[in-house]
Amino acid sequence: MIAELGLAALWMAAALALLQVFAAGMAMRGGPDGFAALVRPVTVLQAVLVGISFLALLYLFAVTDLSVALVAANSHSAKPLVFKLSGAWGNHEGSMLLWVTVMALAGGLIAQVERRLPERTMWATMATQGFVALGFYAFLLLSSNPFERLAEPVEEGAGLNPLLQDIGLAFHPPTLYIGYVGLSVAFSFALGALLTRNVTPEFARVMRPWVLGAWVFLTAGIVAGSYWAYYELGWGGWWFWDPVENASLMPWLAATALLHSVSVLASRDALRTWTIMLGVVAFSMSMLGTFLVRSGILTSVHAFAVDPQRGTFILALLAIYIGGALVLFALRAHSIAEGKRFALVSREGALVVNNVALSAILAVVLLGTLYPLLTEAFGVRVSVGPPYFNPVSAIFFLPMLVVLAVGPLLRWRRDRVERIQRPVILMAVIGLAALVAVMALGGAELLSLLGIALAAALAVGSFLPLRGRSPRRLPLSVWGMVIAHFGVAVSLFGMAADTAFQQERLVALAPGSQAQVGPWSVELDGVVPVAGPNWTAIEGRIRASYRDGPPRDVAPQQRSFWQPVQETSEVALLTRWNGQLYVAIGQQAEGDRWQLRLWWKPFVTWIWYGGLLIALGGVLALIGRVVTDLRRRDAQARIAERRESEAAL
Amino acid sequence: MSGGLKPKHQRLVLVIVAVVALVGAGLLAAYALRNQASYFYVPSEMVSAPPETGRAVRLGGMVQEGSMQTLPDGITVRFMVGDGEASVPVQFTGILPDLFVEGSGVVAEGSLAAGGTFMADNLLAKHDENYMPRELEDMSEAQANKVVAETTE
Repeated sequence: MIAELGLAALWMAAALALLQVFAAGMAMRGGPDGFAALVRPVTVLQAVLVGISFLALLYLFAVTDLSVALVAANSHSAKPLVFKLSGAWGNHEGSMLLWVTVMALAGGLIAQVERRLPERTMWATMATQGFVALGFYAFLLLSSNPFERLAEPVEEGAGLNPLLQDIGLAFHPPTLYIGYVGLSVAFSFALGALLTRNVTPEFARVMRPWVLGAWVFLTAGIVAGSYWAYYELGWGGWWFWDPVENASLMPWLAATALLHSVSVLASRDALRTWTIMLGVVAFSMSMLGTFLVRSGILTSVHAFAVDPQRGTFILALLAIYIGGALVLFALRAHSIAEGKRFALVSREGALVVNNVALSAILAVVLLGTLYPLLTEAFGVRVSVGPPYFNPVSAIFFLPMLVVLAVGPLLRWRRDRVERIQRPVILMAVIGLAALVAVMALGGAELLSLLGIALAAALAVGSFLPLRGRSPRRLPLSVWGMVIAHFGVAVSLFGMAADTAFQQERLVALAPGSQAQVGPWSVELDGVVPVAGPNWTAIEGRIRASYRDGPPRDVAPQQRSFWQPVQETSEVALLTRWNGQLYVAIGQQAEGDRWQLRLWWKPFVTWIWYGGLLIALGGVLALIGRVVTDLRRRDAQARIAERRESEAAL
Repeated sequence: MSGGLKPKHQRLVLVIVAVVALVGAGLLAAYALRNQASYFYVPSEMVSAPPETGRAVRLGGMVQEGSMQTLPDGITVRFMVGDGEASVPVQFTGILPDLFVEGSGVVAEGSLAAGGTFMADNLLAKHDENYMPRELEDMSEAQANKVVAETTE
């Protein structure tokens, strides 16, 4: 019954999306007033219905209703409740339903709260939003019905991929999806503005919180995904340039560029067409990411739920939306009025360099990710990995970081280089000092050296915009910028330090014997069998001490899940402020020796702390912007009220 | 982009800058891809036309039954990877990936050493019971059958 209810709600939501497109389109064309009045309520109702549909799916997973095909294929009654729920989106159909749910909720929210845009732009935005949603509804209802019943209920479900049975990963896909979908909102706004030729700072102020929100979620999702890959795959790496990772990095790069250009448009009325273009590109990248991940077209260490037929469907959607948007852009871009001028040496100039560098990195990552597909079409098998991505993206990343440090010191419109000479020299000295210090400590690769030097300079430089300003009167959005930029420095330092100074040991230890890795000594006590709710494992009992400190216990496991049959390694981590000891256990070697993989990873956690700081900066900026907007709206309302009362007198 | 430019011209300059940067990135990427992409080999290709020693490549095939041996250090394994026509000895030091077993598909990343042994830095085994390294999917059915026949003798 619940499944049928969910499906019915989904069909009704789809019908409402169609009505939304029609009504908004008619309103734009100056149709009868009734259509205009329909747009907002229909959008809100659609959000409610699709929300009901998603709750229905959650319920089916919570009670493990095995007469539903999706539950039977992806769940198991013996699973902990949180993984039953996360199983609802840990598969193709469920994740698509989550996507469209988030999208409809965002649309409903806009319809409910957004009153600043000119009405025609609002209708155009709602029409676009409905049109995009319609494609995903069609996808769900025609080829990936999450509520399909089995002819015969099964005895027991097939279970969830154990690699996904992890609390970090349970919430990682929704986080990324909210980011992707937030970009679909930015896309709708961009197209709405393009359709009505209404690209103004006011428009940018409406679009900005959505871009900020999407960007925060993307950032958090990437940080979580990176940490998950680090501890769950047991390979000790934090970024693999895997196609699935790139699929989230590409929209992030575009969103980061968009975030900065929309700020220029909002506060300085420049970069109008460029901002619209980035709005289109950012969403294109999230669609492309979905396509790459869901189609199974690329080899990936973690491509789950793959199906070429569905890939074709998404590819068709991609072609319609992105192709359509680009054609519209080509036709309309020239008719958008130019914004204001600015000098090369100015905040705007720095932001343009940042935008161009981000776009170049995006191009490099995109080409590297798609290249194997292109060559495969000609029968050549190629895999592209870190030897390509690291140096080529660094060529653009490093200069961008320099601009990141200098840009916030510059004034809007026009500035003189001499004015920022002293802070720039200060940063250069700090960077050089760090470089010398690291080289004295022992050699590292060129990229790591540059990374550490830049991180040191940037860490100081990110606080320099606060000079001479009272911290209490500083707008929250400036704090957000400072903290996010400082986060970049922290992350960069973590990446460079880990790459340069990590130490690895592979040993086969018998119980009672010891091994050294970096400053740690590690002793194996023994290996014991243990059991969990849906797995058994062998667990290494290990004591590790840092230098001559007190020993701490760690227990890495090699788990065997029985439904589905799969083994995973659960690594053990010992965290200190200056790094992590990473222990993975492998097979039994001959005799009673066990394979252990030991890493000392200096400052590795700073990578994710930095990532969290970046996301935190975004959150602060978002709060700051929303509060400012609300205040402005209040002030305007008060002025209007006063005028009315004066007129009444 | 000096102050003297008209807005229209400034926009043109911005477009040109962006296009030049993107084309530059594209050319750089194309150049790097041609030089640094690691190529995929199956064992018969690696035997008939081996890559130069030390170059990073991938080798994909089936781990032959009964070929796996652990060296005395307890963490280095040697095994044969075959495609039914030829086979290549592979040496790997490290913890074997989950579900790495004889008779299943593997993709080894590494390089060919002077003695003809493939030194693997990384092994990609199947991820779960349904996963097959994509590079191996089109290994012909005949080849696959041959592998099975050889390994079950």
